Amino acid sequence: MNEVSLWTGFWPFTPERFAIWVGAILTLCIYSFLYRDNPFYKFAEHLLVGVSAGYWALIYWNANIVGQLLVPVLRGGVLLPLVPGVLGLLMFTRFFPRFAWISRYAIAFYVGGYAGLAIPSYMQARVLAQVHAAMAPTVSITAALLLIGLICSLLYFFFSREHKGVLGGASRIGIWFLMVGFGASFGYTVMARVSLLIGRMQFLFRDWLGLIR
Amino acid sequence: MDGRLCRAAGFPAGPGLAALSPRVASRIPPALRCIAPEAAVRDMVNPRRPALLAAVLRAAGSARSLVLLIPLVGVLLIPHARAEVAVGPATPLDLSAVSPAPPANIRASDTPNDGGGAITLRWDLSPDDGAGLGTVTGYVISRVDTSGGEPMLLAALGPGVDTYVDSPVEDGTPYTYFVTAMAGDVASRGAGGTSALAGPQWFNFGRTSVLVSIVGFAALLIWFISRARRGTELFIRKIAGLEAVDEAVGRATELGKPILYVSGLNPMDDVATLAAINILGRVARRAAEYGSKLVVPCYDPMVMAVEQEVVKEAFLEVGRPDAYREEMVFYVTNSQFGYTAAVDGIMVRDRPATNFFMGYFYAESLILAETGASTGAIQIAGTDAVAQLPFFITACDYTLIGEELYAASAYLSREPLLLGSLKGQDWAKLILVVLAITGAVLSVARFDWFRGLFAAR
Repeated sequence: MNEVSLWTGFWPFTPERFAIWVGAILTLCIYSFLYRDNPFYKFAEHLLVGVSAGYWALIYWNANIVGQLLVPVLRGGVLLPLVPGVLGLLMFTRFFPRFAWISRYAIAFYVGGYAGLAIPSYMQARVLAQVHAAMAPTVSITAALLLIGLICSLLYFFFSREHKGVLGGASRIGIWFLMVGFGASFGYTVMARVSLLIGRMQFLFRDWLGLIR
Repeated sequence: MDGRLCRAAGFPAGPGLAALSPRVASRIPPALRCIAPEAAVRDMVNPRRPALLAAVLRAAGSARSLVLLIPLVGVLLIPHARAEVAVGPATPLDLSAVSPAPPANIRASDTPNDGGGAITLRWDLSPDDGAGLGTVTGYVISRVDTSGGEPMLLAALGPGVDTYVDSPVEDGTPYTYFVTAMAGDVASRGAGGTSALAGPQWFNFGRTSVLVSIVGFAALLIWFISRARRGTELFIRKIAGLEAVDEAVGRATELGKPILYVSGLNPMDDVATLAAINILGRVARRAAEYGSKLVVPCYDPMVMAVEQEVVKEAFLEVGRPDAYREEMVFYVTNSQFGYTAAVDGIMVRDRPATNFFMGYFYAESLILAETGASTGAIQIAGTDAVAQLPFFITACDYTLIGEELYAASAYLSREPLLLGSLKGQDWAKLILVVLAITGAVLSVARFDWFRGLFAAR
């Protein structure tokens, strides 16, 4: 970084240039946490939380209240969205301690409905699809490893017996399979995180300071 | 085929071919047999002119010969061209101008196993699609609804395609469909329309295996829960991460520091979130008993509402409703890294003695776990996010891996209802192991029907 590049990076002062400066300063404020907690980090943290909370409130309002309740009911004449609308209104009874119990009905609908939606999809995607894939109609090392890995990993999560004897041996193989999988996942994810860091560095050194082209 | 080609092109089929010797007739390309044969075959039966022209070209060989060559070529070619014009259409037939045969047996029917709003079209490929003339370049699907009018173009499909699903359509409204084979810009003729109505079905037969699995699993659960309620002793092996929960809460009490509980970033539809909320109930009960401070920052407002109820109930259960504070469970933001920054801030400022990270996490997992580790807190994590488990395993003291997270609430509470459900899950796993081995053996022996039972659509 030198004086000339900073000056040329700041001038002419356009809205885009201003946005880059704000982004760069906030990035440095957040990175200052690597040293220790400090006022710059606190400022950036509170700003981020406040702005994002406001942003998401607006998203919720537009996507859910306007998009899924007001427009279908008032313009489309569809009455069904009124049911979740009323349940949503019940949630506001939490602000009145005397009537707060009413909000539990809305929560009950919400939890029950979501659990009902989730269980079939979990059964299909995480149980049946896995078993289906393990029954590969080929004789190969990969297919055998997949089947052995599935069985041993399942046995590791068998809680009704102590892991001794055959079950103990199988579950030990299972945890090895799991750890090998986690190791591969670790390496893969670290690579993805490094690419995120590179992106931020490019923002600082190219877009902000203009030190790299 | 030759006859149809000829008629389509406006010629009688193969006149005069019979007059030719079989040897000569066999040398005429099929596509040319319908046009005046004497013109088509002239160059074959009297090939001297092209041969002579080639000989002259070979002899030319030098720039000086060009002076002689130009008039000579003219002498050779002009009578030839004149003869072509005089005889008639001797150019090969342009097949792209011929209408392809239409697709046959067009069927329209309500798409099965759906919630309505879709009609499936099927047809037999045009005889000219890949065979016959081989000129079909695709199919055009059009539709007319009850209001009539011009057909509306729905899709242009490639050759060899014999199925199309029209969606969305209005349930109960009759639609008439037309399928036209195309040869370039030329459409097939005479394709009649076929009609169908769309409607929802009560049951998706493609997911029968899911229903059977859920019913079987539920039966197992009910059986084991009833056994647990009758007082049968149900053994559960030790799970180290869960054994540490009480110890971690106790440590926070001894140090006089708060307990931080993070229940992941997913909403209520995630099983991991439900499991995390169950564990929160247990942690809150212990915190209420020991008088520890509980801090529960939330990412999702609905999860916050549920967690407030759970924590409140836990404090009520242990007879400490006075100790419950609504601000123990609070909403932060729906922004992933805004939430992460806030939780990091809580960890470095409030210095909780114990951090719980239970539920589903994304990229923030390592940031949270590393910050917590740097503060010296005892950390217990549990998630079924496979990509994030490695980070928790490396940065936390105890990690519940996938199924252990689901088992946690039963393990911690020892309630018959939850213990029975855990036993049911165990037996379901055993059944799956047996089915997987059986299926693999049968599949290798080419009995694929068994494997097909597990393929849900």
